[in-house]
Amino acid sequence: MSMPDPARSPDPLDDVAVETERLQAELDESRPPHAGPPSQIAAALVGLGAGIFGAVGSYALGLGSLTQPGPGLWPFAISVVIVVLSAALVAAGRRLEDAERFSKASLLTLVALVTLVLLAALLPVIGFEIPSLLLMFVWLRWLGKESWLSSIVISVCTVAAFYVLFVLLLQVPLPRLI
Amino acid sequence: MDISPILNGFGVVLEPANLLYCFAGVIIGMLIGVLPGLGPGATIAILLPLTYGIGPVPAIIMLAGIFYGAQYGGTITSVLLRLPGEASSVVTVFDGFALAKQGRAGTALGIAAIGSFIGGTVSILGLTLLAPIVAGFALDFGPPEYAALGVLGVLLISSVGNGHKLKAIIAACVGLLLATVGRDTFTGAERFTFDSLNLAEGIDFVPLAMGLFGLSEILYNIEERHNQVHSPAKVGNVWPSRKDLRQSKGAIGRGSLIGFFLGVLPGGGATLSSLAAYAFEKRRAKRPERFGKGAVEGVAAPETANNAAATSSFIPLLTLGIPANATMALIFGALLIQGIQPGPQLVAQHPDVFWGVINSMYIGNILLLIMSIPMVGVFVRILRVRPAILAPITVLITLLGAYTVNNQVYDLFLVIVFGLLGYLMKKLGFEPGPLVLAFVLGSMIENSSRQSLLIFGGDPTGFFTRPISGTVLALVVLVAVLPLILKALRRRRPAGRADDTVEENAP
Repeated sequence: MSMPDPARSPDPLDDVAVETERLQAELDESRPPHAGPPSQIAAALVGLGAGIFGAVGSYALGLGSLTQPGPGLWPFAISVVIVVLSAALVAAGRRLEDAERFSKASLLTLVALVTLVLLAALLPVIGFEIPSLLLMFVWLRWLGKESWLSSIVISVCTVAAFYVLFVLLLQVPLPRLI
Repeated sequence: MDISPILNGFGVVLEPANLLYCFAGVIIGMLIGVLPGLGPGATIAILLPLTYGIGPVPAIIMLAGIFYGAQYGGTITSVLLRLPGEASSVVTVFDGFALAKQGRAGTALGIAAIGSFIGGTVSILGLTLLAPIVAGFALDFGPPEYAALGVLGVLLISSVGNGHKLKAIIAACVGLLLATVGRDTFTGAERFTFDSLNLAEGIDFVPLAMGLFGLSEILYNIEERHNQVHSPAKVGNVWPSRKDLRQSKGAIGRGSLIGFFLGVLPGGGATLSSLAAYAFEKRRAKRPERFGKGAVEGVAAPETANNAAATSSFIPLLTLGIPANATMALIFGALLIQGIQPGPQLVAQHPDVFWGVINSMYIGNILLLIMSIPMVGVFVRILRVRPAILAPITVLITLLGAYTVNNQVYDLFLVIVFGLLGYLMKKLGFEPGPLVLAFVLGSMIENSSRQSLLIFGGDPTGFFTRPISGTVLALVVLVAVLPLILKALRRRRPAGRADDTVEENAP
């Protein structure tokens, strides 16, 4: 890709790339603002931790030798790569702007996660109907800010539809109350 | 060339049951793909449980159908809502949405459907001719070649995708590490299992993919502020006029070729090809200023190219067993679940799968073309439903679907854990794609490198002295080093473009 005169060259691929970036930036406006160096460093440190954990764990498994590779050799090699690259990221990635700040809206995700875990925990105990209903309702009413009435109606209808689809039509062996 | 397996492949596809799965795949793919925020990858991941309990051929036919259905679904949101479903239809937004504002949304959708159909068909023809040749060439590959190819695949996906390269490679390595969890096939030792019986079996691909691609996407979207709710543009006419067709004829032809050739390259083929096709048309155009203001070619070219590329990206998967992008990694995983190892032996060992999949794409593309027009009304109606309502429904589909795979709550927790991991990765600028891809290829790379070491008697230089693995590894080095060289070169040039754009973007 030799460009005779980079300043004047009307390379359409570049133009389009620029326009694409602009659109992407515009779409990203509905996202929370980007996070600062602490988040970037924290992320890299988590990577570093994972690498060290992997390296220690696989070293304990036994590395063997190249002629007789032990179970730990390959994971050890990968872990070392993770450690090296994460260390590089701690140094080089501080000023990156590709991370998002955890905002108040992230609490919504936390609530969502709790409902998911509850569903998974309750499913084998009381069947899928009530946990699904609860999940739908919480997501609609508090995460989606729907009105009380439509939250109730939509969650009941959805769960009923799931019951018909999964239980009656597809006869999937879901644990259920009724 | 012996064409009887190809014809047999058509026989396979035209079996009523398979036809039905193809049809179902395309429809489901379009319906889910049209939901804002769920691209083809997320759609396939969420729907993976559907493929259990049906044979390998219908499973893959359906997944392929979901794949290009979802791709078209992304086009619909690009045109009507100005929300690209995925990176490869971002450029479609420029002229697609402009057309929609002029009341010509139908023209845009129609030309996209026709272009996709033609691009797809050209690509399938190329695939039919090229795939057996590549597979034949790759038949002599031994473990060292596979090890090298696997590493190259992982590296290419990490370096071509969007996002920071270092982060992508770290994510890929974490994927490789996750793939080692469970019993070691060589020594029987348990690795990273923490005495858990579930983990001893290794981590299942399906919950991992559903979590990282599907659930993480939904969790991530919760935080989106929906202050500017677009209502979809009105769809008047649903068929492009003869003039539109004449205008975009050339764009479709060129888009097909660009898409096919760029799609074969691992990593980002569809995205790159849609950009390249759009840019190429703009450069060729007599009046380039029309682009961005509703030029039909501006929709035709990228949509043709991304579909052609999506189809030709099956080539490395079906012939070498190397998925070219994250979506292909999902299809790779689905094949593995069915007990089929994609690779050069596929065409010989499972001709029904190989040709069945390829030929189902002809049928799928025809179905897509036929269905896209009458379904537009349905899509518009789906788009009117608020995301807040769709999100919990999608979550329930994901969770209950994940449960049905093994009837185990353990799988649900896995989906949730990987959903959380994927969400955090997205928040912190890591792409989940390389992780999933590396996870899929992980055990293949490990096993073949260990087998190679046995062959070489423990001498790792053997990888470099064999001609093919040596070449591939040279490519690996090139891919790893090239960006650094380019960066150095760019620094020597007067710092121009890159900084300008940043400033322009700032409000």
